[in-house]
Amino acid sequence: MLLPARLSPKQNTILKVALFILSLGPVSVLTYYAVTENLGANPVEYLTRATGTWTLVFLCITLGITPVRRLTGWNWLSLTRRMFGLFAFFYVCLHFTTYLWFDQYFDAQSIIKDVIKRPFITVGFAAFLLLIPLAVTSNNYLTRKLGVKRWQNLHRTTYLICILGVIHYWWLVKRDLTQPIIYGSVVLVFLAARLLLLRKQKPKTRPRPVATTARETA
Amino acid sequence: MLIKKSADILPSEITPRRVYEGRREFVRQLGRVALLAGAPALPLAARAQSAAKIPGLKKSAFSTTEKQTPYKDVTTYNNYYEFGTDKADPARTAGTLKTRPWTVSVEGAVAKPKTYGVDDLMKLSALEERVYRHRCVEGWSMVIPWVGFALSDLIKEVQPTGSAKFVEFITLADPVQMPGVRQQSLHWPYVEGLRMDEAMNPLTLLTFGLYGEALPNQSGAPVRVVVPWKYGFKSGKSLVRIRFTDQMPKTAWNLANASEYGFYSNVNPTVDHPRWSQATERRIGEDGIFSRKRATLMFNGYGEQVAQMYAGMDLRRNF
Repeated sequence: MLLPARLSPKQNTILKVALFILSLGPVSVLTYYAVTENLGANPVEYLTRATGTWTLVFLCITLGITPVRRLTGWNWLSLTRRMFGLFAFFYVCLHFTTYLWFDQYFDAQSIIKDVIKRPFITVGFAAFLLLIPLAVTSNNYLTRKLGVKRWQNLHRTTYLICILGVIHYWWLVKRDLTQPIIYGSVVLVFLAARLLLLRKQKPKTRPRPVATTARETA
Repeated sequence: MLIKKSADILPSEITPRRVYEGRREFVRQLGRVALLAGAPALPLAARAQSAAKIPGLKKSAFSTTEKQTPYKDVTTYNNYYEFGTDKADPARTAGTLKTRPWTVSVEGAVAKPKTYGVDDLMKLSALEERVYRHRCVEGWSMVIPWVGFALSDLIKEVQPTGSAKFVEFITLADPVQMPGVRQQSLHWPYVEGLRMDEAMNPLTLLTFGLYGEALPNQSGAPVRVVVPWKYGFKSGKSLVRIRFTDQMPKTAWNLANASEYGFYSNVNPTVDHPRWSQATERRIGEDGIFSRKRATLMFNGYGEQVAQMYAGMDLRRNF
């Protein structure tokens, strides 16, 4: 637990590079398995599940950053949140591509039918669409352009997206709900932590320095 | 460096017990996603166990000539919830199942009820090899060379009485040998059933082996039933009782979710599972990442042998 509240610029860079490489781990392993034909008996199912699960993992990490930062005082954690959020988007893109290409083979008719008729796909698709504006507005330029308040409000959609993601998983499972329950609990805990933090910080937040970037306060 | 005191932590912020206790499972899941694909290499031992070829197998006219699914895929990708809910679980955990001595009690509405030792049961009729298509309700399929004889051979032997309308297949449910039975994933024991005419259909196979060898544990050793025109879960594994009854059996998946899994569960591309389409399927071991799914056939392609049993029935209602 003996970590500093702030890191030097050099430490920051090292941290970011290390986390970036670590976050590429799952896709590297999957690529390796794909190339060596080690994706098991049903490669498409395996890819779909793995990319979906990693999307949820990165979404959960993103949600966890602020509560953990507030509990531990490790302010440098906020610098990693955008990266984790974008990795969630990266993995959901892989997930969606797997569905679009390997599962459906770009069969537009079948895809449209799926999105309309299958609630779990409808929900997953909605979550994916909602993530796009967040990824698009994650850069410094658009963050500044939107302004702190609007950016914050927009990016609070993350909670809705996570809940939709868990429902997506919940509804597709045949019988054993263990995994969706785990992810659902994590999301609920972070959401509850967030609501509590908001309530605690409310009175103090009025005279806020304008210079703070939105990313750090959201 | 000063770290915030724990007094700041509200009780509500502390990880709930359920999540906390699930932490190993959570970590395991992460590891599973990253590493599981390595697992198919493990169960090679399963093959060594059952390597003895069953001699004198007859060829069957019911066999398909389609490309057979590799043994490794057939025996490492299994839905057998008594050994875990992940399809890689049974190959890893079914080694604990003791298949000898093993008895099957044939009972209920029959003139000659009898408890068979599995080795005697196997000698009841001539074993043949039948290469059947196998379609899972989840949308994948295999082609498997089973070894067995028509269930009707056994049924004739025990002479069902007039009140026998259905046959119930009951799977072993031993929490000691079967780790999945210790969880409440389904109602144990796993029960499946067929209407009498379905059980008597020449395609319904009392099965003892695959690929010319005794069934590996994860495939339902030492004896199971195979009903190739129905979704895979209708084919009960590791049978300990076969019961003749006048009541429609309360089957495991129907009990678990009646709106999704009907008693009949015939393969039918025109009746979708409520949550996914049944129009197409992926052939395991053959359809790679870059191949399109193939069309699912009515009655899994066995309409010629079975369609007449359902003449006049609304298959949308009797799914």
